[in-house]
Amino acid sequence: MSDVVLETKGLVKHFPITQGIVFKTKVGAVQAVDGVDLQLRRGETLGVVGESGCGKSTLAKLLVGLEKPTAGSIMVRGQDMVRLRGNELRKARRNIQMVLQDPYTSLNPRMTVGDIIGEPFEIHPEVVPRKGRERAVQDLLDTVGLNPDHINRYPHQFSGGQRQRIGIARALALKPEIIVCDEPVSALDVSIQAQVINLLERLQNEFGLSYIFIAHDLSVVRHIADRVAVMYLGRVVELGYDREIYDQPTHPYTQALLSAVPVPDPRLRGHRDQIVLEGDVPSPANPPSGCRFRTRCWKAQDVCAKQDPTLVPRERSPHPSACHFAEIRDVVHGH
Amino acid sequence: MDVLPGVDPRAPLLEVNDLHVEFRTQYGVAKAVNGANFWLTPGETLAILGESGCGKSVTAQAIMGILDSPPGFITKGQVKYRGVDLLGLSEQQRRKVRANRIAMIFQDALSALNPVYTVGFQLGELFRIHRGMSRADARKRSVDLLEQVKIPAAKTRVNDYPHQFSGGMRQRVMIAMALALDPEVLIADEPTTALDVTVQAQIMGLLAELQRQRNMGLILITHDMGVVADVADRISVMYAGKVVEEAPVYDIYARPAHPYTKALLESIPRLDQKGQELNVIRGLPPALTDIPKGCAFNPRCRYAKDPCRQDPAPPAYAVAPHRTARCHFFREVLGE
Repeated sequence: MSDVVLETKGLVKHFPITQGIVFKTKVGAVQAVDGVDLQLRRGETLGVVGESGCGKSTLAKLLVGLEKPTAGSIMVRGQDMVRLRGNELRKARRNIQMVLQDPYTSLNPRMTVGDIIGEPFEIHPEVVPRKGRERAVQDLLDTVGLNPDHINRYPHQFSGGQRQRIGIARALALKPEIIVCDEPVSALDVSIQAQVINLLERLQNEFGLSYIFIAHDLSVVRHIADRVAVMYLGRVVELGYDREIYDQPTHPYTQALLSAVPVPDPRLRGHRDQIVLEGDVPSPANPPSGCRFRTRCWKAQDVCAKQDPTLVPRERSPHPSACHFAEIRDVVHGH
Repeated sequence: MDVLPGVDPRAPLLEVNDLHVEFRTQYGVAKAVNGANFWLTPGETLAILGESGCGKSVTAQAIMGILDSPPGFITKGQVKYRGVDLLGLSEQQRRKVRANRIAMIFQDALSALNPVYTVGFQLGELFRIHRGMSRADARKRSVDLLEQVKIPAAKTRVNDYPHQFSGGMRQRVMIAMALALDPEVLIADEPTTALDVTVQAQIMGLLAELQRQRNMGLILITHDMGVVADVADRISVMYAGKVVEEAPVYDIYARPAHPYTKALLESIPRLDQKGQELNVIRGLPPALTDIPKGCAFNPRCRYAKDPCRQDPAPPAYAVAPHRTARCHFFREVLGE
């Protein structure tokens, strides 16, 4: 398990805020991702959770190379993806593919399913020779549980769950080691969600894939992830195995987030620790000094404003937690 | 408040009987609601649970009288408020019921609010039109309301436009607007679906508090079984336009009586435990233009036998007091 397939170091993405039309002067920056260090191991699923605006989708885009980071490195197979150019970059990208959130907008309505799933082969012709492509696409359709005879149909002829399967088949086409899933089930109904989650798990076992699984639904992430990173305002605030994060969270934000998720069991009503946070997430263009969560944190003291807590294991937190006062508190289970 | 003729204060607060709604489109008739039944008492929270296309939002629109018609038509049934059938009222009378007696909040607050008027103007409009207040008085009441829904600095924020509010704050404005005229029934259609979980917790907490203060009946329309478990008293589960199971919240989670409810509960991942492979409901919900004969769930059901595939559809069997299920084999599902 210690076989690392992807590693980010100090990954930063700032989007400039400019003023003026002719002479654009930079007046600030939205700090979407601000120093993220993550490791993804072979065959594991790393869940990334956080609320809107925490930078999880920007992180996904950085990992697959859709955005260029402001600073930092993304190491895959000993190569820094950020520094690669031209042919080498193209080759390296084969290895890391993406499944997008909305299966309604991420498939071109004018292309047949066969063309959509086969398009990666146009860019990477060395993967499958031209003659074998139709066969390869049909195999992919079969792999994700769709009828291979439907190769000439258009996306609108499929339901939401089936479309997401098409998106997954497209990501599998180049036989990548790593798949970044950005909210892959959040647009689907619950009964369909389960089908897609089971499919992703089956594919992982079959092909030894590593997943970065980004989602705002903490229950789904618990189900599928081996390790979980919790993000807040562009930073990872807590990182650990699923049991550490869900049963023994130590960062106040993780605790608040978990306590806010309703559990489908009415018997737990009133028997769970409910932490209701005040206010909204601060603007990532102007984040608070020191700890970014301190403006909404009930534990905040002077030191939190002055000293930025780093993501390390602490006295009362056996796994890495970016809080000066990290301490285990079980908020998920009833008492 | 204007008096509605025939209102009987002793009659049930809200009753929906055998409601049928269909949409006549060029592709055929889509039967969105096919005999929905439920009732609501003051202070109670009824959750209407279902997946997309099960008819839960259309039911709400029919109750409110805001169904787009055409293409939508109510073909049968009653919506009774305190004994008065709302479907028989003139549009003028219905306007007096809307917001005054029955109010509604929507999923997407940004598209439900008018972007070119300030929040204060839109709130004040209710008081000026329904209560005939002056602009100054209406404004004062608007500030009061914003304070009640805990919007900080309500006095200045009343002059802001909807886009200047965050998602959670906007949903608070919607709640303020719905509660402005002290309705007895509030229908909340997926009020927190577009929000983050921590904000969802704030909004659900606020709704529960306001409901308690006003002893209001709340119909919560949602697909989230977690939210339902947290706040509902009773649940109506809808599938293909019918209420397939109706029960108090504790019973339904402990022992579902309809195979659809059971399968739905088994298919959700849970926060407090790491599960094995999720149980899957095979297949897809039916197209509303082509609902299967007999029980609409039969092609996906693991209990289905011959009678399920024949008309008539299963009636609402009484499973226990205050508990019904539209399944011929509910005893088997319950595990009796």
